Amino acid sequence: MVKTRYSEVKAFTPGWLALAGGLGAVIVAALGAVWYMEHNGHWVTGMTNQVVWGVPHVFAVFLIVAASGALNIASMGSVFGREPYQPLGRMSGLVAVALLAGGLAVLVLDLGRPDRLVVAMTHFNFKSIFAWNVILYSGFFAVVGVYLWTMMDWRMKRFYKPAALGAFLWRLILTTGTGSIFGFLAAREAYGAAVMAPLFIAMSFAYGLAIFMLVLVFAGKTTRRPVGDDLLARMIRLLGLFVAANLYFVVIHHLTQLYFAGRGGVEAFILAGGGVYTTLFWVVQVGLGGILPLVIAFAGCKHPPRRRAVMASLLVVVGGLAQVYVLIIGGQAWPLDLFPGMETWSSFADGRIHAYVPTLAEVMLGLGGVAIAAIIVLMFVTVLRFLPDDMGSMQ
Amino acid sequence: MTQLSRRQVLLASGAVLIVSAAEAADSQSVRGQPASSARRWGLLIDTAKCAADCTICVDACKAEMGLTGHDRPLTDAQYVRKVNVKDPASGHTHSLPVMCQHCAKPPCVDVCPTGASMKRADGIVLVDRHICIGCRYCMMACPYKARSFAHEAQTGQQPHLPRGKGTVEGCTLCVHRVDEGRPPACVEACAAKAKGAMLFGDLKDSSSDIARRVAREATSRIRADLGLDPAVRYQGI
Repeated sequence: MVKTRYSEVKAFTPGWLALAGGLGAVIVAALGAVWYMEHNGHWVTGMTNQVVWGVPHVFAVFLIVAASGALNIASMGSVFGREPYQPLGRMSGLVAVALLAGGLAVLVLDLGRPDRLVVAMTHFNFKSIFAWNVILYSGFFAVVGVYLWTMMDWRMKRFYKPAALGAFLWRLILTTGTGSIFGFLAAREAYGAAVMAPLFIAMSFAYGLAIFMLVLVFAGKTTRRPVGDDLLARMIRLLGLFVAANLYFVVIHHLTQLYFAGRGGVEAFILAGGGVYTTLFWVVQVGLGGILPLVIAFAGCKHPPRRRAVMASLLVVVGGLAQVYVLIIGGQAWPLDLFPGMETWSSFADGRIHAYVPTLAEVMLGLGGVAIAAIIVLMFVTVLRFLPDDMGSMQ
Repeated sequence: MTQLSRRQVLLASGAVLIVSAAEAADSQSVRGQPASSARRWGLLIDTAKCAADCTICVDACKAEMGLTGHDRPLTDAQYVRKVNVKDPASGHTHSLPVMCQHCAKPPCVDVCPTGASMKRADGIVLVDRHICIGCRYCMMACPYKARSFAHEAQTGQQPHLPRGKGTVEGCTLCVHRVDEGRPPACVEACAAKAKGAMLFGDLKDSSSDIARRVAREATSRIRADLGLDPAVRYQGI
């Protein structure tokens, strides 16, 4: 077996400076958006007393869910013993914590009182899945940190397997927790289903792998480290599997919803008459983000693996953002049903579809989270040996 | 005239001090009594007496709580609102006030990560604005859409209800009045200026009007199927 050599990315090259500068600019713009929203209050956003979670939550949930999925490559190599993935373990752990940091930054900066983060870290209501998530997210950094340590320090090698298993189990619990934020909402017809937890796990597998492949191909191209076609082809098949699992749970969720007479209204809204949500669901989430990646993965697409990897991954990311948008915003757009079977109206928007139009500031904050994740990856691959010199081309 | 010795004056003044302190303590024991689980404050609302165009309870709430608003209906706070309900089969329409239902098993309290959403021993559900981080998860969890988010800086605040931008708020059942032995502002206004559709009282006190009527007459709760055991009951829905 060829010994894997790792090396840092060379800093302060023109490309490195352009990337760091660009990401820095996005982060500064996002912080400006945060200042604008927090200074004025949330009324300047698209969020209201009806749609209380907006685009920042779409980005935050997408990044957090993708974070746990990005760790899968490391788990494939260590927990499941798939050797071709092992050289990429370090990178997988790094991308995972970076995505989580980006997602959490968005989540925290969209709070009504982000200055009270310390309150969230010191006051815990253990009946709240949100409070558990605070622990699960913080713990993820520690668990993956230890896992990375066992990968990068030969003196810690004996802890490698247990750390890998611990991180794998932790990430499963973490995504269960994220899904349960919605699964535990009894009164919201679009949510309130146990399938949310496994659905989120399937989503995380797909999103995380897609982002990881994009990072890998980009890093390989920009730092002139060859990425093996066999490895990419293998990862595309894996991505196809995860996309199929995601679609499966989406079908199960909607079939169950359709079976319950009381939830026919919200289903008709999302699947048929919901305007932007229906379009996003069928065209972007299912079509572009579901069917098309499956075609690329399994239907004999003749493009070279690198192009197929990039196409499939971009489609999964775009489809994933649409999926989370439909889930979070579409689910809230449907009104609460205080009097089932009755028509209602009030001064507080009861009984009508709630409008939501994202503002530039919200989108900017979400993109800021992506940039934070990206800059964390860039900084760490620059100062530590995360990237292998050869990414599977020798196998 | 009897001359008072210095000793007697000192004793007498001491006694006055003790008595006045005891009197003060006695009035405090009513006003400052901790909430007790022996009580459960609740409302009974008779929708037959609630006219569709009447918003006296809503106006009273706004005045009592200092909800001046910014003329932005989608983001302004509403602690109580009039909901119009129509049966599509019969066309029958009625109207009723909906506010925090002060559930015995409140989902807002369950989901709140910091414990800012809390239920007092006497069943009143409140938000501790000091530790609310503004995550709005309680608003996602509440089946009654009873909570509002302070979307911007607030003016015209009342001393008994400090409001903070970026935190969540809702009906307190006028806890500041209840603790003084007075009914909520909406109930008082409805009785004084409308048809007295709202009855406030202790559901656990079998001698109270509300408990006797709940025991005697048919009442229902909004979304009783969710099993949250709200303290607000309705007649005629």
